[in-house]
Amino acid sequence: MTEKTWIGKPVKRVEDARLLTGRGAYIDDHPPVANLFHAAIVRSPHAHARILGYDVAGARALAGVAGVITGEDVARHTRPFAVGVTAPVHYYCAATDKARFVGEPVAVVVATSRYVAEDAADLVRVHYEPLPAVVDPERALEPGAPVLHEAVGSNLANHRRLVYGDPDRAFAEADVVIRERFRFPKYGSTPIETYGIVARWDALDGVCTVWSNFMGPFIMHPLTARVLGLPENRLRFIVPPDIGGSFGIKSLIYPYIALVALASKLTGVAVKWIEDRREHLLASSTGTDRIAYRELAAKKDGTILGMRFRWLDNVGGYIRSPEPGCSFRPTGNFVGPYRFQHLEVDASTVMTNKCLTGPNRGYACGHLYFETEGMVDRLAATLGLDPAEVRRRNLIPASAMPYRSPTGGLYDSGDYPTAFEKALDLAKYAGLRREQAKARAAGRYFGIGLALAVDPSVSNMGYVATALDPQFRAKPEYLPKSGAVDSATVKVDPLGRVIAILGTTPQGQGHQTVVSQIVADELGLIPEDVTVVDEMDTFTRVWSISSGTYSSRFGSVGTSAVALAARKLKAKLVEYAAHLMDIPAAELEFRDGAVRRKTGKGPSYTVKDLAGRAHWNTDSLPEGMEPGLQATAVFGFTVARAVDAEDRVNSSNTYGFIAEVMAVEVDPETAAITIVKYVTVHDAGTIINPMIAEGQIYGGALHGLGGALYEELQYDEDGQCLTGTFMDYLVPTASEAPTIDIAHVESPSPLTPLGSKGLGESSSMTVPAVIANAVSDALAPLGIRITELPMTPSRLHALIKKARAT
Amino acid sequence: MKPAQFDYHAPTSVDEALALLQRYAGDAKILAGGQSLVPLLNFRLSRPAALVDLNRIPALAYIKEEGGQVRLGAMTRQRTIEFSPVVKERLPLLGEATRWVGHLPIRTRGTIGGSIAHADPSAEYPAVLTALAGEVVARGPKGERVIAAKDLFQTYLTTSLGADEILVEVRIPAMPAGAGYALEEFARRHGDFAIVGIAAMIVRQGPRCTVARLATAGAGPVPLRLRAAEEILERDGLGEAAIEAAARRAAELVSPDGDIHASADYRRHLTGVLTKRAITRALGVARG
Amino acid sequence: MAELVTVRLTVNGVAREGRCEPRKLLVDFLREDLQLTGTHVGCEHGICGACTILLNGQAARSCIMLAVQADGAELVTVEGLMQNGKLHPLQEAFREHHALQCGFCTPGMLLTALDLLRTNPAPTEAEIREGLSAVLCRCTGYQGIVNAVRAAARTPGGPAGA
Repeated sequence: MTEKTWIGKPVKRVEDARLLTGRGAYIDDHPPVANLFHAAIVRSPHAHARILGYDVAGARALAGVAGVITGEDVARHTRPFAVGVTAPVHYYCAATDKARFVGEPVAVVVATSRYVAEDAADLVRVHYEPLPAVVDPERALEPGAPVLHEAVGSNLANHRRLVYGDPDRAFAEADVVIRERFRFPKYGSTPIETYGIVARWDALDGVCTVWSNFMGPFIMHPLTARVLGLPENRLRFIVPPDIGGSFGIKSLIYPYIALVALASKLTGVAVKWIEDRREHLLASSTGTDRIAYRELAAKKDGTILGMRFRWLDNVGGYIRSPEPGCSFRPTGNFVGPYRFQHLEVDASTVMTNKCLTGPNRGYACGHLYFETEGMVDRLAATLGLDPAEVRRRNLIPASAMPYRSPTGGLYDSGDYPTAFEKALDLAKYAGLRREQAKARAAGRYFGIGLALAVDPSVSNMGYVATALDPQFRAKPEYLPKSGAVDSATVKVDPLGRVIAILGTTPQGQGHQTVVSQIVADELGLIPEDVTVVDEMDTFTRVWSISSGTYSSRFGSVGTSAVALAARKLKAKLVEYAAHLMDIPAAELEFRDGAVRRKTGKGPSYTVKDLAGRAHWNTDSLPEGMEPGLQATAVFGFTVARAVDAEDRVNSSNTYGFIAEVMAVEVDPETAAITIVKYVTVHDAGTIINPMIAEGQIYGGALHGLGGALYEELQYDEDGQCLTGTFMDYLVPTASEAPTIDIAHVESPSPLTPLGSKGLGESSSMTVPAVIANAVSDALAPLGIRITELPMTPSRLHALIKKARAT
Repeated sequence: MKPAQFDYHAPTSVDEALALLQRYAGDAKILAGGQSLVPLLNFRLSRPAALVDLNRIPALAYIKEEGGQVRLGAMTRQRTIEFSPVVKERLPLLGEATRWVGHLPIRTRGTIGGSIAHADPSAEYPAVLTALAGEVVARGPKGERVIAAKDLFQTYLTTSLGADEILVEVRIPAMPAGAGYALEEFARRHGDFAIVGIAAMIVRQGPRCTVARLATAGAGPVPLRLRAAEEILERDGLGEAAIEAAARRAAELVSPDGDIHASADYRRHLTGVLTKRAITRALGVARG
Repeated sequence: MAELVTVRLTVNGVAREGRCEPRKLLVDFLREDLQLTGTHVGCEHGICGACTILLNGQAARSCIMLAVQADGAELVTVEGLMQNGKLHPLQEAFREHHALQCGFCTPGMLLTALDLLRTNPAPTEAEIREGLSAVLCRCTGYQGIVNAVRAAARTPGGPAGA
């Protein structure tokens, strides 16, 4: 058993010294190759237009221009990206026949500087035939709506109806049925560092090297290789040590990787492209906007019998992989923390003339819980019960863990009721209710919201296939998908110091620090003895199709790989020491940084002793032992299985829990919302570094708050983006950020060597729900219930005014 | 997002600057603090043939009291105004408004002349200039002219300044000693342009209001002096009913537009709410 | 190409010189011509604050200022905060209070906070938040940053000695 000297401690971060002194190494900081050229991308000003032709003569003639690539080149030299559905959507890295959203790339200019490249981009003439646009997903499915992809024939990219249990019976037997329509906004986490790529296509050796702030490689590496017509061992992805935030958004850089790689191939020079903020807001990636129709069936005592979800998820101009994950990523935790067994999910994925979508912190869980928790509050109101009591009556008990959800999720551990009560206690829930009664008597709008969530971490790739029909999946040519894998290497140098090498791409999560804690504990060292290398390079790292830093992987699967590698190495050290001591290995143990007799008597060998001998004198190794002191471990979850014929899938591998209480006051005059109290309790299993864990919660919460109150990518009816600047797309500042009371419950995962789970997405998935419930509660005297986000003061005022008028 | 090419000139005198404007005959842009102009250049939404940078004209940065007015050189930084004892003493409303202008690093570069000439109707300085019936001095090829606030702002981002003129000075009548003042503003985030803002000054004698000054930001294409609301206070005093009536009147006086941040109706409603709050807070600091 | 201009300025106490087009943004000049890549580009329209530097002692955005305008100026960038191989007290406080995750906004946060503390050595929490609202951070939820600035304000000798 490992002694936990460092795990669980708020160890200060190794990363900070370089980042605080301006010595970080982000993609835009250090040219990895000499003689770089710079790209500027010409983008469609139309939301929907046929491309009739290009005139690039003026741009080519400008001094300093190395070349211009248009959609014709893209069509000639690349293939469309594979998409996650069977609909014939041809998604190239730039528009080839039509532009389908404002900002879609239509041409690329390569020049000696970004300034000159932008000058030349201004000279590119693209001839368009503008077409009618559609931006609303319901409107897009109406007869006569403009169709984006003629080959598909409609704007419906995918449709699935998933049935678990017997929802029809549940609704037939219900005492009460609640119905509601919700609308979730299109927003994205807009990392402060935008996308950045350097590509060099070497014509002689046939290798294309791409440096970028990609959070992959995962499935996007093979996808991109296929698009570029390269074997995978000729496409090298390198990720620099520092990435300026991502939150899911940088998993969608891959079309640009293909585009910039193509630009390098066709111009014969190394090409750098740094996305600017306008490009980011127009055409990087966001979460989906969704229209949801919800139904809930319950008994009089508040027991939920079943639910129906009908979703229209708007993925923008093309369905881009990993969409339609927006609908299916949470499959295993569709029911959240509640016991009900009957569920029907009707999921439509719709294409409209908006920017494309993809994972955004909490990948569709913000949507899920905004709706579900809103429904639970409506149930409480209908039955005249306290919303806390309704939740109590439906929670999965601790005794049921591990719990198999009706949709196939395997909740590995947890004590939801305890965590929930802890949140209520911390918030002094009863006291808040008393305060509310007083406030209401004085005519003030004071409300309390609750939200509970199962927090899924480490996606199992298998969920993606839930989008496909079971009949399609039953075909012999269909290859099932599953898995959640990460690797790590730990090696000891001749002086006994350790280097740990990861295949992760951290974006601020402090992997170096956390790994140094784990390795220090495993090998009885101090974190300073451990150097952690976390620069991804697909040519040198051990990685797999699910590798990367996404879906809160690191805290669960990444740390497991590190622990296993260290343990493998430790076993080798014991075996070696046994040989040196001429004692059976079974009588030895690794304790306090040394191999000793279990009895505690006799000599011991420290890691340093063993390292020196093993490296300097290979003759001292036992017969058959591989020289060198290193170990590589690849950790994969065995619970990550392919989706079954009944559409059940364990879509994640570890499942945490979140319980939140928020109190707000709404200004009756301005409709401004003030957060009075906000409590969040998390169960993410073993916490390795509480300081870093808390940082993730604070950050996640503010992302949720952004979507709930401030952030929305807005479009007019013609598909023009109205939020193309940070003046219009409102990111919360320090003045808007709430203070948070954070507490933890630790239910270690039985599936990971350290008991840890992911925590990276955390409260981003609960804040939209908890604040919407709090505001609904505040405005309950007026009969107002929030169904749409963001709750801007202007929109709230309109609701209040309407309610007062009736 | 890099600017297109332009000629760059950094004259050291206003005369030199005026000559440059003549030379480019409308194709040159005046660069003051640059906090609004340079973003427009970066977006290539503004593509002037030349920039005439006023930042090397030291004679344009000053704050002085003269003839009952506080006179501020056009290139006086917002940061300087924020900490100016003269402003604190004689124009406290301008001082308070300054803390609402953008953020600290924006105020380091931003200037009063630039802010007023840019004429963003949601900005604070145009509202204060309007409320306090200030004026600006413009210099052009034909010499100087003084333009009253009410004649300066024409519509969104548009003033009556000629393309060959430079706003060189802002003149604001010093506030009477003991005047109450407040700038009430509502924005979705701290530091943003106002959805609506109200600049208020109240001079009182006991329960009587001898002078009321109210002007808007964000409630229409130009900052609007709410004279009819002021008159209610000057006529009916500073009781609750009068304040309510003035606030109601204020909401009727404006004709705001809606945008992605707020509807026209909400802006009109806020005008009333903030007028009441501004008057009430101004009263709280008024002496007399 | 437009005529190049010479820009002479002092950065972190060292006299520097470069030649660039007049349209070159100060942040690009710092990063590309002077190789000072600690100052980051986040929005290029003066909102996110990642590019904030000290210009003659005051915090200013280097993405909405031309390099040529900084001719003759004294600049401090994040690279200039460490003295004699030791972190500045404010940098120490950032590390102590987990005021950074990805670190991309951090240079702008540090320099903005320094100017805030220089002009207001004992700010309230609301004043700290108001001052820091000049810089956008997407990772931390700001709490660690607010805590760090508050702690630095209390440090004997103060952080304003930059």
